[in-house]
Amino acid sequence: MQVLRSNNLIINVIIVLIRASLSLVFGFLPTWASGNQGKGFDAGQMIGDHILDAHEIHFFTLHEGQPDEVHISVPLPVILYSREFGWDVFWSSAFHHGREHQTAEHSQNATYSADTPIHTPKQPDHSELPPGAHAYGPYILYKHKIYLAEDGGLRLGPDGKPLNKRPLDLSITKNVAGIFLAFILLFLLFRAAAKAYQRQGVTAPKGFQNVLETLILFVRDEIAKPSIGPKYEKFLPYLLTVFFFIFTCNLLGLIPFIGGFNITGNIAVTLTLAAFTFALTCLNGNASYWSHIFWPPGVPKVLYPLLIPIEIMGMFNKPLVLMLRLFANITAGHIIILSFVALIFIFSALFGPLAGYATSPFSMLFTIFMNLLELLVAFLQAYVFTLLSAIYFGQAVEEHHHSASHVH
Amino acid sequence: MDQLVSPGIGLIFWTTLAFLVLLFLLKKFAWKPILKALKEREERISQALSAAEEAEKRLKEIQLRNESLVAEAAREREAILKAAREASEKMVAEAKEKAAAEAQRLLEQARENIHNERMKALTDLKNQVGMLSLEIAEKIMRLRLQDEALRDQAIRQLLDDIKLN
Repeated sequence: MQVLRSNNLIINVIIVLIRASLSLVFGFLPTWASGNQGKGFDAGQMIGDHILDAHEIHFFTLHEGQPDEVHISVPLPVILYSREFGWDVFWSSAFHHGREHQTAEHSQNATYSADTPIHTPKQPDHSELPPGAHAYGPYILYKHKIYLAEDGGLRLGPDGKPLNKRPLDLSITKNVAGIFLAFILLFLLFRAAAKAYQRQGVTAPKGFQNVLETLILFVRDEIAKPSIGPKYEKFLPYLLTVFFFIFTCNLLGLIPFIGGFNITGNIAVTLTLAAFTFALTCLNGNASYWSHIFWPPGVPKVLYPLLIPIEIMGMFNKPLVLMLRLFANITAGHIIILSFVALIFIFSALFGPLAGYATSPFSMLFTIFMNLLELLVAFLQAYVFTLLSAIYFGQAVEEHHHSASHVH
Repeated sequence: MDQLVSPGIGLIFWTTLAFLVLLFLLKKFAWKPILKALKEREERISQALSAAEEAEKRLKEIQLRNESLVAEAAREREAILKAAREASEKMVAEAKEKAAAEAQRLLEQARENIHNERMKALTDLKNQVGMLSLEIAEKIMRLRLQDEALRDQAIRQLLDDIKLN
């Protein structure tokens, strides 16, 4: 197990290194291409649109760059709260409706809580809005984020970022929809598997149940048992859920044409998952776990002021690293795949369509290779997150026997 | 791209909610029954394995006992055969002895019979010889008594003899 773990670590490090070098090579391309706005393709914009969260599930665009441009996408519910306007719920498609409908629709749909003063939102004038911004009532959607209109417009800072206030945005975004999708998939899948177990009684598993069982046993026997020890059963539901959740979300991100989910490549998601691990570690930490942090054993008292802050930092470092690793790995994978695809269009935009066609075989070859690598990474990152969570739980519940052999 | 590393409150909220509900639902409807079934199956398998092991052990024991039984039977057969052989030898010896004794007895008897017969024959012979002697003597006497002188002399002599008694 120890060997396996260090192997994984090495693989992980290698993958990250490959990624870093690839990012260095291709990272400049999007910015370079961004400078060629006039040529009609902005790779940075395309990649950004993909990996960032959005208020709609966007499939593709017809007649791009032409007056009759049509976005084929699924609108999602926008749920907003602001002190000024209270709760507001509407479809994200409202942002893209024509200006003439806005006033009427908003007054019909929007509901304001009674205690907020009645206001007549000044309709933002589209001419005041920067390109790419869409307004609906007092809200402005700009670069996937919703802002409160100020005097009917958007105030941009010197760095191009809006200075407007943001409402509390609890919208069902693309990633939330993805999470719900993963939720439904996981629940149906495992409910069916559980039913199969209950129906068949004690027999060998069949079909897909067999695949699930292999993974469940992998989590139980390769992750939970060796990392946590005899108390593993308590943590097993969490570890299994987190493993399959991350794995499913990772895989969802690899399926093309379903809207390009990048759930585990969003820092909010990994932050939440890491926070769960952190909370469980703290809640289950026994006396010896805490005493190791606040009274490090076998250390002269003089060093306490130095060591205790380090130990406390370590406590927070663990979930922080957990959060960043998953986020960075998945995001980097998406960026690289998209960069390879973007290469075709960059070459096409720079040197004409022929160059684009000539680039495509190589680009596709690399994309396929990266997709295969991402399949491995999808599993590996779910495994690493679960394994590290299990190790942290193991440290929290471990009974330390202060013997001479105990070295820190 | 600083949007990339600034977590959205909404997503945190929904992730937390979805994950907690998922954790609860899966724990109740999936992990519990699945893990229970897996555990049961493992226990069943380990039980079956230990039972098989037990059976094998018992089989071995039985084999061992069978072997010892066979060995014992062989030993017993040997003993019985030996005893039978001994008995038969003894019987043969006894029969031989008996036969010898009988033969001896018969011989003895025959010898005795022969002896008796001989004695009888001898007695007969003696008697016959005696008779013959007497007859001869009578004949001689008759012949002698035919002579007067001689007859007188003999009567005198006999009378003398009787006087002496």
